[in-house]
Amino acid sequence: MKRNRGKKIKEIIIEAILFFCALSSIFITIGIVFILSYESLGFFKEVSIKEFLTETQWTPLFAEPKFGILPLVSGTLLTTAIALVVALPLGLTVTVYLSEYAPHKLRETIKPVLELLAAVPTVVYGYFALLFLTPLLQKFIPDLSGFNALSPGIIMGIMIIPYVSSVSEDAMKAVPMHIREGSYAMGATKLQTAFKVVIPSAFSGIAAAFIMGISRAIGETMVVAIAAGMLPNFTVNPLEPVQTLTGYIVQVSLGDVPHGTIEYKTIFAAGMTLFLMTLCFNILGFWLRKRIREAY
Amino acid sequence: MKDIKRRIAFNKFWNNLFLIAGLLSTLVGLVLLFALMANLLIDGASRLSYKFFTSFPSRFPNEAGILSAWVGSFLVLIVTAFAAIPLGVAAGIYLEEYAKKNWLTDIIEINIANLAGVPSIVYGLLALGSFVYFFKFGESILTAGFTLALLILPMVIMATREAIRAIPNSIREASYAMGATKWQTVQSHIIPYSTGGILTGVIIGLSRAIGETAPIITIGALTFIAFLPSSPFSSEFPFISFKWLNDPFTVLPIQMFNWVSRPQREFQLNAAAAGIVLMVMTLLMNGFAIYVRYRFRKRIKW
Repeated sequence: MKRNRGKKIKEIIIEAILFFCALSSIFITIGIVFILSYESLGFFKEVSIKEFLTETQWTPLFAEPKFGILPLVSGTLLTTAIALVVALPLGLTVTVYLSEYAPHKLRETIKPVLELLAAVPTVVYGYFALLFLTPLLQKFIPDLSGFNALSPGIIMGIMIIPYVSSVSEDAMKAVPMHIREGSYAMGATKLQTAFKVVIPSAFSGIAAAFIMGISRAIGETMVVAIAAGMLPNFTVNPLEPVQTLTGYIVQVSLGDVPHGTIEYKTIFAAGMTLFLMTLCFNILGFWLRKRIREAY
Repeated sequence: MKDIKRRIAFNKFWNNLFLIAGLLSTLVGLVLLFALMANLLIDGASRLSYKFFTSFPSRFPNEAGILSAWVGSFLVLIVTAFAAIPLGVAAGIYLEEYAKKNWLTDIIEINIANLAGVPSIVYGLLALGSFVYFFKFGESILTAGFTLALLILPMVIMATREAIRAIPNSIREASYAMGATKWQTVQSHIIPYSTGGILTGVIIGLSRAIGETAPIITIGALTFIAFLPSSPFSSEFPFISFKWLNDPFTVLPIQMFNWVSRPQREFQLNAAAAGIVLMVMTLLMNGFAIYVRYRFRKRIKW
């Protein structure tokens, strides 16, 4: 009987250890929120929120610094919008094709290739955007500057296609076969069935996939750091150089920034903005994905 | 009658058009991947040589190499693996075998899903504030390893959970029926049977970690390192030194980033060569992970 007690204590200790390992994820989130808030609060002690949100210039390293976040946010949103313009039609077409049309063998060959697209390191994509795509585009658009928002935007769009396509496909596969068969029985083509029956049924899942894709594009760093330029620019013109929130953080980190200075705190202010933006989209996507699970 | 025939022909036309559009769109991704690899190979293959792998970076593009970069990547990856594997597997085991269905478990699960979607550079900021300045680990290999471990932790946890979920319940119940405790069941049955799936997830996570640039730049890895971190072997007892954990370092993707940012064409060729090395390593690791999964599935017959 005494042996049983020793065993029981061991079990409890092991369960406690495993529990704390699982709890670590909460500590990580708390850590992120705490660090970002703490340094951002320090930042806002020296810069008013009004200036942060309404000033249209971001020049924290100048003699007369201006701390408007709008140029960085516009850079992020511009590249993300271009990525979406590429990823939405292409991604949806690829997903519908693979899920409704493609013969089984073709599907099994294409899917690993798409996963390979997702596995390429982002520096390599950045290299490709700067040294291959931009010169190529310059042949068609002579006004395109060497650093611009168009080239990384297109590359980011293609980067998020595998991401978006696998989640959308799961959503479409969840639509029961008999709904499709009912549509075919009425004489509809695959196209009509796909767009009028399957997609509306899988809409939450597909929307969730694209929202996750947006979140991924907002947080993308290396492609824009290499190919979009290091110049904060409050514009909607994709042919000009822009700087994103992520690109700014990289630029400052590459230089010499002593701990505690206002420049140091700016990267946390930018990081906080970034984190809040992706958090909103992640929550939206998560809520939408829960809804499809409930529907079926 | 003619009206119906016209309608059917119309629908069929658009259907076939979409078939072509679908095929073309799928090809876009393939063409891009091919163009990317061809571009890297054309530019970089000429720079790949034994000298490239064994030289330090230099002001002269023809002398520059990736020695400090790949050694740094290798060491950082070791720290990442040591940190992420125990923590992630333990968390995954807890969530699948021990956790009760209460609000705390829900919060943990939501957290892990959220962390998977946090941009990698935010992990760098977290590490900068905590590991570098608060815990005073400094801008070192240890910090980089921990940062990447946090980054891939959600992946490892999810892979562990998927692997454990694949084990049929009959195995667990047979074990309990024999009088085994929960930990004995986990130790003797769950862990051995899920090792393949866990290993696959870990290798894929590590292949992602090796290509990560942004968080490592943020914590302060320098881009021009012309020396190696201290050797892990020392000449006196206990023959293993941990000083290398604290040394400055660089990693392969940062070296590529540094070269790409230079205007000289020769440095861009170096960047292409570094890119080839990175791609080959990523492909090998992914391929190895798939092989591990395949071999493991062959052995297990439920």
